[in-house]
Amino acid sequence: MSGRMAWFKKEKTPKQPQAERRFTVPEGLWVKCPDCKEIVYKKEVLRNTNVCTKCDYHFRIGSRERLDQLFDMGRYQEFATEVAPLDPLQFVDSKSYEKRLVDYQKRTGLKDAVITCTGTIGGHPVSMAVMEYGFMGGSMGSVVGEKVTRAAEQALKDQRALIVIACSGGARMQEGALSLMQMAKISSALAQLDVAGLPFISVLTDPTTGGVTASFAMLGDLNIAEPKALIGFAGPRVIEQTIRQKLPAGFQRSEFLVEHGMLDYIVERNKMRDKLISSLRFLMPN
Amino acid sequence: MFEEDSFEEPILDLERRIEALSDTGDDPATRNQRQRLEQELREIRERIMSDLTPWQKTLLARHAKRPYTLDYIEHMIEDFVEIHGDRKFADDPAIVAGFGDFRGRPVLVLGHQKGRDTKEKIHRNFGMPRPEGYRKAMRAMNMAEKFRRPIITFIDTPGAYPGIGAEERGQAEAIAFNLREMAKLTVPVVATVTGEGGSGGALAIGVGNRVNMLEHSVYSVISPEGCAAILWRDPSKNREAAKAMRLTAQQLVGLDIVDAVIKEVSGGAHVDAAHQAEILGDVVDEQLRTLESLNGEELTAQRHERFRQLGKFTDGALSA
Repeated sequence: MSGRMAWFKKEKTPKQPQAERRFTVPEGLWVKCPDCKEIVYKKEVLRNTNVCTKCDYHFRIGSRERLDQLFDMGRYQEFATEVAPLDPLQFVDSKSYEKRLVDYQKRTGLKDAVITCTGTIGGHPVSMAVMEYGFMGGSMGSVVGEKVTRAAEQALKDQRALIVIACSGGARMQEGALSLMQMAKISSALAQLDVAGLPFISVLTDPTTGGVTASFAMLGDLNIAEPKALIGFAGPRVIEQTIRQKLPAGFQRSEFLVEHGMLDYIVERNKMRDKLISSLRFLMPN
Repeated sequence: MFEEDSFEEPILDLERRIEALSDTGDDPATRNQRQRLEQELREIRERIMSDLTPWQKTLLARHAKRPYTLDYIEHMIEDFVEIHGDRKFADDPAIVAGFGDFRGRPVLVLGHQKGRDTKEKIHRNFGMPRPEGYRKAMRAMNMAEKFRRPIITFIDTPGAYPGIGAEERGQAEAIAFNLREMAKLTVPVVATVTGEGGSGGALAIGVGNRVNMLEHSVYSVISPEGCAAILWRDPSKNREAAKAMRLTAQQLVGLDIVDAVIKEVSGGAHVDAAHQAEILGDVVDEQLRTLESLNGEELTAQRHERFRQLGKFTDGALSA
């Protein structure tokens, strides 16, 4: 699917529920930045790749928007578009998983929480997977596992670089241990890529936690992140409950991870494409 | 206590009565009564254990007397030599690793280790490893790779430890690294969930050519309590969550996540650790024999394929 079609598709995307909209740019002429609390003009924020003009806070953006910003001429070819979720455990909590899936599919226009595609970035051939937080918090079930694995296999097949843009609360509980196994499945595909000497760049965005961080998101030749993104294994609330202490300011944010040696660099959204091109120049085999 | 949680009571009650009887002398009548009670005990164990709910299995998997890695090592491995440390930061007592002889061949063994008494529980951090534990495990596995020795792992953890230091030192990276590097190993790897298979912290030593589960062990993406707290917004819905998640060995065989369910001794593994280790050892030995006939490349490929096909989804492009 071309970038242009994606543009029209966005117009039709229905509203997301309140809980998930908090960190994306809301309706209206003016927006209040959730980080610096300043009231900023929305048009300027949108022009600034959804980044606050006062404090550089990066609002969450959808997977389509991200793709448009990264590929040459905003053009990319989607693949594995027909891979769709099932309800293998027939999982029911307050609502059935089957019903939840249909709701999120309607809301996002996606079959599950990831888009996979190929294209070029600065002329370098790339296979990419971009996660969609708006689909069940970007959680990883069988479909995300399968599609990210296929993205790695596509890179292997065509000698492309693999780029995965993570945005996820972790494994999807409604698919139980099947979700857990996706961590091993993707990592095993990444092992093949690693042995073949092909590059993998992992881009971590707000938030990346749980089983996604503890598998592919930390396995890049380069692990890079947007500013101030929440990145961790355990969620902050779980840690607070375990150690019964308040967490220090900035804990599990991108800058904290750089300080502790877990990320190669932080990159602002409007510089992401250029920085990827510079990195690919070094990483791509001649 | 919920009625569902006290399923072991009738067994414990009978055990107490037999115990009391053994103090009252050894006349034929008492002996007779004892034999009758012991027969009853065998039957009631069989009956209760064959009809456990997923939550009851979770409780049994966490049983205070459940055999741990060091118990299996004691009964399965001769000449065990424990090794320590990740060569980077520390030694994590929540994972034990070492080598020894398993039925005539040198092997690497490693697994999560919980503690028995309060002091040891704290020392072992309740079987919740920090990054050092996973890095020690991988260091040990790479040594097995270098010296061409098979690897046997035992999984029994509530999960990787969620703490400040663990995050600072890269808990996620440590687990992720193991997942990728285990996938590359060219020696046989047999993993067995012996108790609690708690999420990524379990899987990080579980990328095996064969993955087994003890009959009353559990393996899941999150604990029933954690799942209940998030999806039901009520941690006391753990019974419902345990049921919904399909975390038992019997259910996971059906999803191809587990290759073999290891029969437990009557009443559960804790009733007779030595016998349990023998039952498990027989299965692991047979699996290793099969795997030892494959070369390194074949072993890596088999392990990759095993995990590659896990997951349930539809692909319209394939069926069209």
